[in-house]
Amino acid sequence: MRKIRRSRYFALALIVALAALALASCGEQKTTETAKPSEAPAEKALEPIKLGVAGAHSGDLASYGIPSVRAAELVVKHRNAVNGIGGRKIELLVEDDACKPEVATNTATKLVTDKAQVVMGHICSGATKAALGIYKDSKIITISPSATNPELTQSGDYPNFYRTIASDDAQARLEVDFALNHLKLTKIAVLHDKGDYGKGLAEFAKGFLEADSRAEVVLYEGITPGAVDYSAVVQKIKQSGAQAVIFGGYHPEASKLVTQMRNKAMDTVFISDDGVKDDTFIKVAGEFAEGVYATGPVDTSTNPMAIEATEAHKKDYGEEPGAFFLNAYSATLALLNAIEKCGSTEYEALSKALKSEWVATPLGIIKFDDRGDAIGVGFAVYQVQDGKYVAVQM
Amino acid sequence: MEYFLELFLGGLTRGSIYALIALGYTMVYGIIQLINFAHGEIYMIGAFTGLIVISVLTLLGFNQVAVIILAALIAMLYSAAYGFTVEKIAYQPLRHAPRLSALISAIGMSLFLQNYVLLAQTSNFLPFPNLIPGFGFMKPYEHIVRSTEIVIYITTAVVMLLLTYMIKFTRMGKAMRAVAQDRTMSMLVGVDVNRVISYTFIIGSATAAIGGVLIASHIGQINFYIGFIAGIKAFVAAVLGGIGSMPGAVLGSLVLGWTESFFTGYISSDYEDVFAFVFLVLILIFRPAGLLGRSEPDKV
Repeated sequence: MRKIRRSRYFALALIVALAALALASCGEQKTTETAKPSEAPAEKALEPIKLGVAGAHSGDLASYGIPSVRAAELVVKHRNAVNGIGGRKIELLVEDDACKPEVATNTATKLVTDKAQVVMGHICSGATKAALGIYKDSKIITISPSATNPELTQSGDYPNFYRTIASDDAQARLEVDFALNHLKLTKIAVLHDKGDYGKGLAEFAKGFLEADSRAEVVLYEGITPGAVDYSAVVQKIKQSGAQAVIFGGYHPEASKLVTQMRNKAMDTVFISDDGVKDDTFIKVAGEFAEGVYATGPVDTSTNPMAIEATEAHKKDYGEEPGAFFLNAYSATLALLNAIEKCGSTEYEALSKALKSEWVATPLGIIKFDDRGDAIGVGFAVYQVQDGKYVAVQM
Repeated sequence: MEYFLELFLGGLTRGSIYALIALGYTMVYGIIQLINFAHGEIYMIGAFTGLIVISVLTLLGFNQVAVIILAALIAMLYSAAYGFTVEKIAYQPLRHAPRLSALISAIGMSLFLQNYVLLAQTSNFLPFPNLIPGFGFMKPYEHIVRSTEIVIYITTAVVMLLLTYMIKFTRMGKAMRAVAQDRTMSMLVGVDVNRVISYTFIIGSATAAIGGVLIASHIGQINFYIGFIAGIKAFVAAVLGGIGSMPGAVLGSLVLGWTESFFTGYISSDYEDVFAFVFLVLILIFRPAGLLGRSEPDKV
């Protein structure tokens, strides 16, 4: 008995000690934040714009969150160097949510209490969703560089939410739009490889097709990866009268399917995803790969702003930027641009500016659609032409 | 009707390939009661050898028909050598060990060969050229059945007939049947059992290599892992037909090929494998020895 009680005291002591530590680290953070505006006491007359940056800055997923903090720091540094926005300096409020929804609500509450006017974050979809309600009640615009859950924008529950990354279903959306609007095909077979990635995409594609009155899903099937051949499935596609096949999966199955379709003298259009936008696909399928469409991330490697941002990161932090750096950089740019255009951080005006003003970012020239997804970010359609993937102009 | 015909022929193609592999399984099982799990890998090695030979000969400017025939022959030889060696290394020392030991050895050999090819060649998929020329008279029917498939049917039938002839009418065939019936007794009457077993592996491996080259040229790609699924399916086909029986292996393979093809065609390919295996279970419930197998309870 005695032993148990003692260990209980010990546990209590440990909790107190941990809490004290946590408080101490919070306290430290605050001092660094408040240090920034005091560097420029001359502009004290104008209120600084407070930009909240929230995400996973500690824990397992810190590698996703830290690049966004650095991106915000870089953008703000450049901006403040040219006298901020209309003379108002920008002040960063950096808060950690450790990618945990239950922490994210506290993070959001803290940012609201600290009077953040706009927020760039959060990083993980779950944490973002938990925090969004709080920002919504306080009418704070939030842009995430990395939360890809389709629901966040599509549910319509969070009109204050924007993002500079394509949602999980964006590829499926693009494939469907491309088939229906660009190629003007209506009878479509949707196939997948039964895997998480392929089947997920195929389900979205099927949903979008069914929601569109022009389109008809003539076949929806899963194929077995590694099967000896796909002749039965190929015959079935032919029998269904499909004009196009939308395939969710990877290149080994895709090249087998395409090869067998072309061998059976079928010229059905083949549209797939970035699992197929791989040079191995072209190598293996050879001449049969010609004309195949695949969606893939928009190429940013030649964007001068992306190169500049990456160089700035290397100069300041001495290493290559991590995941979502360019998305976060773009999100911060888009926010600041919108604030500058409408001259305030007021919710209605800012929403309007985000949706109407194009802004040049490392991800390309973007603005946001009615749901909050960035137009011009994410995926493009490529086609195999002369043994190479070439971007298709739409 | 055309749809039915297409599915029928597609199933026939698949079944023929299964049959070429299943023959090796069933011959080996008939003689030493060993499930040779490395057999699928021999099929894969056949396909790889074929690809290498084709690349070299095409580079040297050989004529297309000569290339495919030479490739098939060299693949057969090479696979036969592998089959022979695998038996000598992995199975012969375990001839008198419990049957489970040989089975484990077979699984180990299968993993070894897979990883060997992975390391020695590549983990990527490689394109396999389709060298079988489109026959002129097939042109109007090309959308239903390709010339390659016709070649697959004919080859399977020829191999099947040759094997039947060999088993029924040659000295070696007679020795094989004797060893299958009673190994000790055949040894007593002067049959060189080790030689007979080696022959069985050589023939089975060569047959699998033909299958490897044919299917690779039909679907146009190979990698180090193709032997696994094909091997499992062929094994199922051999069991379905009655393992140990050669006509059973061919029948089982065709039944499996058609089952898969028709199920995919008329119902759904999502559950293709589920259905194929449910079918296997059902057959084994009602005919435990398989379609054409004789039940020999003492062998299990």
